[in-house]
Amino acid sequence: MSSVQDAVDQVVLPGDVLLLPVQAADAPLSLSAAASDTKRMRVVCGPGLVRHGEDLQVTKCGLLRHREPAVYWVESHQKRYVPVKGDHVIGIVTMKSGDIFRLDVAGSDQASLSFLAFEGATKKNRPNVKVGDLVYGQFIVANKDMEPELACIDGSGKANGMGVIGLDGFMFKVSLGLVRKLLTPQNDIIQELMNVFPMELVIGMNGRIWIKAKTIQQTLIVANILEACEYLTAAQRKQVFAKFSD
Amino acid sequence: MAAEVGRLSKNLLRMKFMQRSLDPETKKQLEEEEKKIISDEHWFLDLPELKEKESFIIEERSFLPCEDFLYGRMSFKGFNPEIEKLMVQMNSKTTEIKTEEEDPDFGKMDVDVTDEEMALRYESLVNSIRKKFAKKRDRAAIKETEDENCNVKGRKVKKAFLKPQD
Repeated sequence: MSSVQDAVDQVVLPGDVLLLPVQAADAPLSLSAAASDTKRMRVVCGPGLVRHGEDLQVTKCGLLRHREPAVYWVESHQKRYVPVKGDHVIGIVTMKSGDIFRLDVAGSDQASLSFLAFEGATKKNRPNVKVGDLVYGQFIVANKDMEPELACIDGSGKANGMGVIGLDGFMFKVSLGLVRKLLTPQNDIIQELMNVFPMELVIGMNGRIWIKAKTIQQTLIVANILEACEYLTAAQRKQVFAKFSD
Repeated sequence: MAAEVGRLSKNLLRMKFMQRSLDPETKKQLEEEEKKIISDEHWFLDLPELKEKESFIIEERSFLPCEDFLYGRMSFKGFNPEIEKLMVQMNSKTTEIKTEEEDPDFGKMDVDVTDEEMALRYESLVNSIRKKFAKKRDRAAIKETEDENCNVKGRKVKKAFLKPQD
């Protein structure tokens, strides 16, 4: 049993209970302020943490992270993807059945994608999606009891880059931790990658990365570098990138 | 046995056609007994009262509210200009805070017409619209006030019927 603040940026293990600090009521106009003299802050516990009475319990091992005002989550190494609503992922079309496509999204179950969930698609104007295509989409339904559902449009009906990804290119899998590292703003890997080759990449939250560069050789070089980034230190990575940057 | 002779049984008294002939006292007694039977037959769980507690912890299964992720599609060195345009647009959310701090003009629209010009234009517009909705008589009044302000002409003499002299 330790306080959450002490455990931030420390290793936590499943079963650890983290105590939340009790804060004095800071809203004098609140109706409940009269009833309870002490009031807790509204805490958001992200992946790797669950509620345990009035405290937090750890369910994954990793580093505890914190963001203002009171958001806590565990940064862990993981390869198994569990669909979460709102995630952008790369799926592989495995079946076309009537009105929906079935997509392999590297989760426990295949996701469904309606043919109407593409930009500009109507009943008459069907999107051209074939079995084996890669689709970049967003989860609109994802819970543990139901089949996950993808969409390639946002709330306003815009594609915003979602949809079928181009024909060539190369897709490979990395760990979920590396994907999150690649997607954090101003991260070193992407900053260094910018200066290597002209290329395009799509990063799915389910651990899939798709790359396309001018030649197959360049594509494979980038893919190998990214796969190796998982185990390279910052200094080693800089060395590798220096070899290829022009 | 002798006392009960001439008395009717309870079940008989409860019957519908007997209700009229009952005196109020026995009626009350019967009702009470019936209530007692009903309340005895009701079951209830002997549990402590549940306290509704307000929870201040929100569980979230997604990383999205924890970290501000970049847009998942990227293109470098002009490989796919479309995606580079999208990248700027989609990543603006995360970089917005920074630009707001650096640039004092952030958030202001690029304008063709300045605020002063706009105000001047509306001033004259207000006048012309007012004239349009004013009645003929009022229109004259508006003109008069304008004339007074601008000192252009004197008042027009109102024509009146002149009685001819004999």
